[in-house]
Amino acid sequence: MALTILQRLFQMLFVMFGISVLAFLIFFATPGADPAARIAGRNASPETVAAVRANFGLDRPLPIQYGLMMKRLFVTRDLTSFVNRGQRVIPQVLDAAPITLCLVVGAAFFWLVGGVVLGLLAAALRDSFIDKASMAIALVGVSIPAFWLGEVLNLVSQSRFHDTWLFAWVPALGYKPFWSDPWMWFKTLLIPWISLATLYIGLYGRVLRANLVEAYQEDFIRTARAKGLSPGRVLIKHALRTSLIPFITLFGLDFGALVGGQALLTEVVFGLNGIGRLTYQSLQTLDLPVILATVIYASFFVVMANALVDVVYVLIDPRVRGS
Amino acid sequence: MTDAAVLAARSQAESSAPPLLEARHLSKRYHFGKRLLPGSGKIVHAVDDVSLAVFPGETLGLVGESGCGKSTLGRCLTRLYEISEGELLFEGREIGHVGARQLKPYRRKVQMIFQDPSGSLNPRRRVADILAQPLRVHGIRPRAEIDDRLRELMDLVGLPPGYLDRYPHEFSGGQRQRIGIARALAMEPQLIVADEPVSALDVSVQAQIVNLFADLRDQLALTYVFIAHDLAVVRQVSTRIAVMYLGSIVELGSTDTVYGRPAHPYTEALLSAIPEPHARQQCERIVLQGDLPSPISPPPGCRFHTRCPFADDRCRTERPLLRPLDDGRSVACHYPRTEVSRTAGT
Amino acid sequence: MIPPVANPDPTDPILRVGGLTVSFATDRDPVTAIRDVSFDVNPGEILSIVGESGSGKTVSLLSILGLTDPRTTTTSGSVIFKGKRILELPDREMRRIRGREIALISQDPMTALTPVYTIGMQIAEQIRAHQSISRRGARKRAVELLGEVGLPNPSEMVDRFPHQLSGGMRQRAVIAMALSCNPALLVADEPTTALDVTVQAQVLDLLRRLRKDFGSSIILITHDMGVVGEMADRVLVMYAGRVVESGTAEQIFDDPWHPYTWGLLASIPPLRGPRPERLASISGTPPTPANLPPGCAFAPRCRFRFEPCSNPPPRYKDDGHTALCFIPPEDRPRLRATVLGGERSAA
Repeated sequence: MALTILQRLFQMLFVMFGISVLAFLIFFATPGADPAARIAGRNASPETVAAVRANFGLDRPLPIQYGLMMKRLFVTRDLTSFVNRGQRVIPQVLDAAPITLCLVVGAAFFWLVGGVVLGLLAAALRDSFIDKASMAIALVGVSIPAFWLGEVLNLVSQSRFHDTWLFAWVPALGYKPFWSDPWMWFKTLLIPWISLATLYIGLYGRVLRANLVEAYQEDFIRTARAKGLSPGRVLIKHALRTSLIPFITLFGLDFGALVGGQALLTEVVFGLNGIGRLTYQSLQTLDLPVILATVIYASFFVVMANALVDVVYVLIDPRVRGS
Repeated sequence: MTDAAVLAARSQAESSAPPLLEARHLSKRYHFGKRLLPGSGKIVHAVDDVSLAVFPGETLGLVGESGCGKSTLGRCLTRLYEISEGELLFEGREIGHVGARQLKPYRRKVQMIFQDPSGSLNPRRRVADILAQPLRVHGIRPRAEIDDRLRELMDLVGLPPGYLDRYPHEFSGGQRQRIGIARALAMEPQLIVADEPVSALDVSVQAQIVNLFADLRDQLALTYVFIAHDLAVVRQVSTRIAVMYLGSIVELGSTDTVYGRPAHPYTEALLSAIPEPHARQQCERIVLQGDLPSPISPPPGCRFHTRCPFADDRCRTERPLLRPLDDGRSVACHYPRTEVSRTAGT
Repeated sequence: MIPPVANPDPTDPILRVGGLTVSFATDRDPVTAIRDVSFDVNPGEILSIVGESGSGKTVSLLSILGLTDPRTTTTSGSVIFKGKRILELPDREMRRIRGREIALISQDPMTALTPVYTIGMQIAEQIRAHQSISRRGARKRAVELLGEVGLPNPSEMVDRFPHQLSGGMRQRAVIAMALSCNPALLVADEPTTALDVTVQAQVLDLLRRLRKDFGSSIILITHDMGVVGEMADRVLVMYAGRVVESGTAEQIFDDPWHPYTWGLLASIPPLRGPRPERLASISGTPPTPANLPPGCAFAPRCRFRFEPCSNPPPRYKDDGHTALCFIPPEDRPRLRATVLGGERSAA
């Protein structure tokens, strides 16, 4: 089992290397564009461009450029932004990362728990009102963009009904670090979490329901029922555990998409200074070093999340453990 | 070229004609496991040094339990699988390692029939299209004759020609198998390798298909390799039998010889294990202990020695080769049962 | 209110099924999968139900265990287990019978065990569902059971996952689980169909030993006449959801009454003696429950059908042997000889 996990982690490193090469090539080896001019920013003087070229070693062969870049990203961490007059990029990214992490992990928690509860209810009460309602929630959820829902929630909780008992607790937009005030941290993130999780709860509930219904056709469920187990035990211990496997696969994929897409806009909407907002701002100013750093850090995050999902696999399904 | 094993492979063939299909020291290996770390990969010897000859007009039954390599061997004989080692000769010509172009005529002459034909019948096409496609692709018949040929094929497999316009899902299991057979026949093959063609069918339907195989053999002068785990069915259709265990042939001979007096302890155990309808007064059963050993690390010596009630030290170290006995069959055993009982009898 | 039935007596049948009829709701009309199935199982007896796929063998067993889906299935008739009418029992009480008094052995050991738990856990789970016993005690019992069914190295096997065992070993684990609460009745649904013959011989041996050592009654569902011949005391032949013939194993094999049984027996290729040129097959295919012919369901495939066969056939009874057929007793030997004779003249 340990070997399987180790192997998976090794693969993860390999994928990270591939991503860094790919990202680097997109930024620095796109034909017909001078990377130095783009790094220097709009309307940069020729001297700045020349300085950039020397600074990044852009007159040297590609592998060396790549090595230099990685060194500045991960070892010396002194990649600087030219648009923002010499601001260090990496500390910016490292400051923003925990915010994004809190946002997406919290949202994932909500949607996983919500999805499991909804899926179990829908499967246990098949064809009932709850089953049909969960279908409606799923449809509505996948069709509402998270940033729009966020704006609407903002509108309701921050301005329209802020003074009512229902939303009086909602703090102003922005982020409070967990260590300084955990309760405040929770309150500032609750609405962003909900707006992100809504997208997935219904969908995940339906996926789980379908897997559960399928599991009930299996022989081992018949065996479990023939053993005289209670319906609850059959559902939770036998059907749910085996049905979680596709559920978790889907989660690995969506979690990646979340970090890359929905979280970015949600952070902007809720004024959270996470990786997403950083990317958003650097895109507006075309600040290439920051974009490169956020892209690489974000994709590493996705890769790690997927590796984690695979480790969870190994834990819940003995069949994927090596013998 | 004809060594002892190749000669043993011809045992008790009724015809003196040269074999239609012949495998010489054929092996099929699979590699699997973690290939990232060198040396940790595992090798499965699915088929291990098998020599086998199929003569024109005969039905060679290939029997053995799951995992014995009979299906893999069948697929190697039709070149559906690549052969790891050894030769394969069709009408005396080596075809085991030739490329796709040289293989094409052989592909036509040798057809395969599978256990579940529905997997190979496109659900969105009518039976007529399914059967006509090989005729068109291989240009076996001129276009004008195709309709007649389709009707003839349906007649051969005992289906009304009106069924040509139906889709595969409209048929029962037995009828689908008939369509699978018709499609194989469309290529006008000389040899048909049938892999468990009746094991998914109900008993009453199974008998129909077994009869159909016999009728077609007589009408079209076909040669079969009939692979099945059901020893009663194989006995019914086969003229010769090859019994496989862990990738090797352990006994080979005419059906009556092998079933009448099995020489290999495994064949004996296999036959005695079959429950029979009128078995209330059946003779002593040999119940084999344990399970099939893993083909990744087969036991040394005779591969059957771990479960053989008669194994001794020689069996544990020295691997018996397939060798002909006095009564014409071949067996891979140091102490064939027929010889043992004969010495015991005298 | 469940009407009381006569006091149980040790020689009384342990299970009495009377007029069991099961129908499923479909998109169109409800379809009757089994109709008017009646049989008794005596203590220590092996009753075999034979029939081809779709004949209703498995459905009748699932409805006895109360495992059919109540949303889509309606069951009528009576099932009396140890003097108690169990079809009418509330689910909670039925659960106490399931697994403890009546245990199930499924067809395919590859899929019958939950893949994510060790076999020891799955056996202990069943024991703990019915007895108040500690986790450790249940596990100890699981090891004992695995040893009893002949699994080598039971104390190590108990921690194995199903995928780490061979088919034969898994089926032993399933049997060990079924035995865990000493059930009075074992229901085995094609227990050896997925196994190789040498392993099948081991498992059949084990079942016979259980009957001898524990006096368990066994309902053995199979399509293999060979298994029936070797195991059964009494036989029920099912076709298209009905019992077409029933009797002791001797009656069924030596003097079968129903043309379907004749065909079934004749279509098995023999393992010794002369090989027939052709097998005596039954033409056509079994009907599906949705398109049963009126009258005798076997009539369209029966070579002896005559005018009355378009009406529901009567049940002939004699000395515990029954058949659902119009053919009068005096004609049976002559007609059956033509089934066998056709075979011989061709040979």
